[in-house]
Amino acid sequence: MTATIASTPAGRTSVAADRLDGSTGRRRRGRPRHPSKGKAPLQRGNALVYFVALVVIALMLAPVAYIIVGGFRTNSQITVDPAGLPNPWNLQNYIDVITGGVFWNQVLNSTIAAVVTTFGVVALGLMASYVIARYEFRGRGVLYSVFAAGLMFPMTVAITPLYIVVKSIGLMNSLGGVILPQIAFALPTTIIILVPFLRAIPREIEEAAFIDGCSRLGFFWRMVVRLAMPGVITVGILAFIASWNSYLLPLFILNNEAGFTLPLGVQAFSSQYSVDTAKVLAFTSLSMIPALVFFSLFERRIVGGLTGAVKG
Amino acid sequence: MQVRETTVPELDPATDLDTTGGGGTTPPPPAPVPRARRAKISWTTRLEIALLAGPALLVFLAFVIFPIVVAGYYGFFSWQGYGPAVDFVGLRNYLTILQDPSFHEALLHNGIIAVLSLVLQGPVAILLALLLNRRLRGQSVIRVLIFVPYVISEVVVGTGWSLMLQTNGALNGLLENIGLGGLAQDWLSNPDLAIWTLMVIITWKYVGFAVILFLAGLQGIPEELTEAAAIDGASFWQIQRSITLPLLGPTLRIWAFLSIIGSLQLFDLVYIIWGQYVSSTAGTSTMVTYMVTNGRNAGSYGYGSAVAVVLFVISLVVALIYQRFVLRRDTEGALTGKGGKRG
Repeated sequence: MTATIASTPAGRTSVAADRLDGSTGRRRRGRPRHPSKGKAPLQRGNALVYFVALVVIALMLAPVAYIIVGGFRTNSQITVDPAGLPNPWNLQNYIDVITGGVFWNQVLNSTIAAVVTTFGVVALGLMASYVIARYEFRGRGVLYSVFAAGLMFPMTVAITPLYIVVKSIGLMNSLGGVILPQIAFALPTTIIILVPFLRAIPREIEEAAFIDGCSRLGFFWRMVVRLAMPGVITVGILAFIASWNSYLLPLFILNNEAGFTLPLGVQAFSSQYSVDTAKVLAFTSLSMIPALVFFSLFERRIVGGLTGAVKG
Repeated sequence: MQVRETTVPELDPATDLDTTGGGGTTPPPPAPVPRARRAKISWTTRLEIALLAGPALLVFLAFVIFPIVVAGYYGFFSWQGYGPAVDFVGLRNYLTILQDPSFHEALLHNGIIAVLSLVLQGPVAILLALLLNRRLRGQSVIRVLIFVPYVISEVVVGTGWSLMLQTNGALNGLLENIGLGGLAQDWLSNPDLAIWTLMVIITWKYVGFAVILFLAGLQGIPEELTEAAAIDGASFWQIQRSITLPLLGPTLRIWAFLSIIGSLQLFDLVYIIWGQYVSSTAGTSTMVTYMVTNGRNAGSYGYGSAVAVVLFVISLVVALIYQRFVLRRDTEGALTGKGGKRG
């Protein structure tokens, strides 16, 4: 395992980058590009592999497609044939949702919550991880264990008292009351993923920076943040998506409709318009777009970051 | 992975900190008193540690640890959520919980879900990861698509699936259209079926996460091993069984841990698809839906806190047992701060 991690930061990054596109990177290093003799039996199995992959993808996407395509139908179409395709395609549901103010208000709330949570998690998590990874002091292991133990306490367990705490500091019905707990509960994962990244920064760089008169904090700001970028992006995306999708906490904290985030909005919308199935489908499919786009842009980073964490 | 110790010799505060008895682990602000006798530099270091780790620790203690402690306190009261908690009831909340048949049911459902999640998702995810770890055209596209359900929020998943599975929904419509109308079912409210419906949805939603995790683990296995085995004439499946799977062990065990804990905490999907009333009649209630129904929704915050404590204790016991007997060999050395022995 050790062997695959190069010892310079540049090497570390490039290994991570290699790993992003999966086995292709390994292949490039591991064996010559031209097909060798051993590849023949693999070739034969490939048709089966593709078939399985296609079936799986179809199963994975069918419900999503049902939501998106269903939004293009009318309620009478849905009633007559629940499993049919739009005929004709009907844009009205989507137009109604997009031109209504409710949807955009919730998009704004969700965006604020997700962006602030992400920056908070990354900033606090990076600083704490730096201490755990690169400072030598008694209690470092305890500090790490305290955060790691947080993995065992998902938000569901603490939700009732958390609600009471948020209420008593006057953050009910405000996004702050959602953001702060989200940051706190995202810290364990963040720290567990970031610590190996920070440990992998070679000591030589640090020493060179110190010799050049850089303080430890200066080293942190100037070098660490940049060198840990792959890990930072991974935890940032995970935090963003978790916040974007979060339901239980906003359910407890946000009580008036103006402050709703999208998940609460989707649920409120679907109970309010429970007879208007087509519109509910349109609203639902619009609400999942941002997370999907965000994820597909950064998917390779997530896999890269997880690889680092699993190996670390 | 090799952990490089970062100590710069003249900065080493380790011996010095012996006297302060782990002062660095208490909430740093207020910063540790400079009790250092020998080196000024160690005082600066401690200040840095406090400055860097302090905010994270503070937020973590305030919003993760403190609420759990508070739950322990309010669990002893019959409290409606406003004013001071004065109606001390001792252990009555806990006795009520432990004697409530609907809590037993919820606990049983959680257990079923935890076991079935491992049994259903594990083999499927391993198989998919092994297949996707081979050289495939469009591999990254396939990987993104498998992960899509995991990225979509539980609310969207719940709303979509519940519309699809209604008695006059798309699934029954589809069965009708292909001439299998006899198979149409009341997927959601039939108590014999509902938990299986839930398992299908859970598998669909979370199997992608397992696949991604396993793929990441698979990439840490040196290719030389499988190549050597292939040269010695081992078949693809022989290689997977004798080399890949054993080496994937740590990843599998971590995944199983996350899956079990996640199953015990299951809430969103059930609450959105079945709601608080139907979930108990359809046989899909979980401990957390029980907590929300009987705590917040009933206005009994004291009781809700007590349920949270019970849930917490159950999760903790499961986690400790799992760590003690399953994860032990993986984490040995990882938490001791000198983790350089691994790998």
